[in-house]
Amino acid sequence: MQIYLPIAEVSVNAFLLLGLGGLVGILSGMFGVGGGFLMTPLLFMIGIPPAVAVATEANQIVASSFSGVLAHFKRKTVDLRMGFVLLVGGLLGAALGVQVFALLRELGQVDLLVRLCYVLFLGIIGGLMFIESLNAIRKSRSAGPAPRTVRRQRGWIHALPLKMKFRTSGLYISVIPPFLVGFFVGILAAIMGVGGGFIMVPAMIYLLGMPTKVVVGTSLFQIIFVTAFATMLHATTNYTVDMVLAVLLLVGGVVGAQIGTRIGVRMKAEQLRILLALMVLAVCGKLALDLLLEPAELYSIGTGGHG
Amino acid sequence: MIRLALALLLLALPARAEEIVADLSQDRISISTNFDGSEILIFGAIKRDEPQPIGQQLAIIVTVAGPREDVTIRRKERKLGIWVNSDSVEALGVPSFYAVSSSVPLVQALRPEEDEEWAITTPRALVAPGMAQMSDDDPDFLDALIRVNTATGTYGTSEESVQVRDATLFSTEIALPADLTEGNYNTRIFLTRDGEVVDSYGTSIYVQKVGLERWIYTLAHEQPLIYGLLSLFIAIAAGWGASAVFRVFKT
Repeated sequence: MQIYLPIAEVSVNAFLLLGLGGLVGILSGMFGVGGGFLMTPLLFMIGIPPAVAVATEANQIVASSFSGVLAHFKRKTVDLRMGFVLLVGGLLGAALGVQVFALLRELGQVDLLVRLCYVLFLGIIGGLMFIESLNAIRKSRSAGPAPRTVRRQRGWIHALPLKMKFRTSGLYISVIPPFLVGFFVGILAAIMGVGGGFIMVPAMIYLLGMPTKVVVGTSLFQIIFVTAFATMLHATTNYTVDMVLAVLLLVGGVVGAQIGTRIGVRMKAEQLRILLALMVLAVCGKLALDLLLEPAELYSIGTGGHG
Repeated sequence: MIRLALALLLLALPARAEEIVADLSQDRISISTNFDGSEILIFGAIKRDEPQPIGQQLAIIVTVAGPREDVTIRRKERKLGIWVNSDSVEALGVPSFYAVSSSVPLVQALRPEEDEEWAITTPRALVAPGMAQMSDDDPDFLDALIRVNTATGTYGTSEESVQVRDATLFSTEIALPADLTEGNYNTRIFLTRDGEVVDSYGTSIYVQKVGLERWIYTLAHEQPLIYGLLSLFIAIAAGWGASAVFRVFKT
């Protein structure tokens, strides 16, 4: 069934959109990532104009994260206090990110920089997670179900001032690192047009030392508000939020997220992380190949003065 | 050369008595939610006051041009091992859609001078004065624009797709793609004799969004704040709704 999207001004198959939404929704529920880093390139591939894809994706992430976060609230796996600290940073970061984006647009190389950002961050994070979870699995196999030897390192993070108790995470750390994580993710969210969960989740695990089960719900909590903010910015400045596209993606997405959350609970944290790492690396590889191999068509056409 | 041109002019003169009478199957296209492209039937007849000239090849050429838009054409270059956009050319007022159909191959149907004057074939239509403004030294970029747009079906040339019956009646179908831009699609019909334009006829097809499509588009552009909030509200409601449905299923 073909459906005409009023803002994107293209006609696409409605079931294709529902399917894409569902698939990305499952991943969203499993890993606590918004799925934007997968969905945005997928939307480009089916012919949605990039500006519309990025803006609509922000809107869709709000929905898929909302149902996900509700599920996590019920299981009490959301650290609200940590979420608020991340959120304050995230909103400030997103506001700055939009300014940076506008600047890059004027310089004319926004496309390349977005791609390079993807390759760089996905590559580093995917690689680190893959190695780490591989080691964790190896360790748990050789030592049986023994408790993890190194719980948390007391490093420079614990020397910072403004300490706060995060009871749900079982942490007593400075608010500065989570604020900076939120801020940084906010900038990237605005520039790359994603929720930023794929960066925030590992940052929370490895940098802040939060327990994996709490990380997913808390990052979803932050993502909802940052992407809602981004949606409003896109809707009022670029008019690129496509409501019909968003509804189709999210109908698939919310159903997928519920299924994903249930799968996630049943899986071991290490397995979850190695899967996410592999997926991140796959997307990274695809984007890197696009940059490295000679394209079949050297020319591209963008509408508007500056694309 | 001048003599030849004069001779041609004299030859062509009597043919001016031929006139195009034409119509479209529809002059208004409504884009609704299930819009999936449209076929426009363009048909007509050649009106003559006197018997048709003998031995001069008759041809009908139909062009449909979408609303003009400004585009940027970029070329990738290898820099530090990766392919990046380097040079770019802005083309102003390029048609967002362009289709040419003719009854005989265009080389026979149209002389280059006439093509230049009437801006009929795709390359000509793109650089026609008042249409596209592009520097003369960028033929590669112009070629690329045509090549890329032809590959996506935005531009198309189909020769011998106009049927002419008894050198009088003609008809053709132009397929408009699903990703149409709103606006006026100028339709031109040319009658040529031995490659010279004898008569031309112009009309336009109006493409417009209707119903829900129209409402959403208008709201998004005129009340962006409300539209943004509504988008968020619908998204959150759907998210919460689906969650509630799952809860019911579970208990």
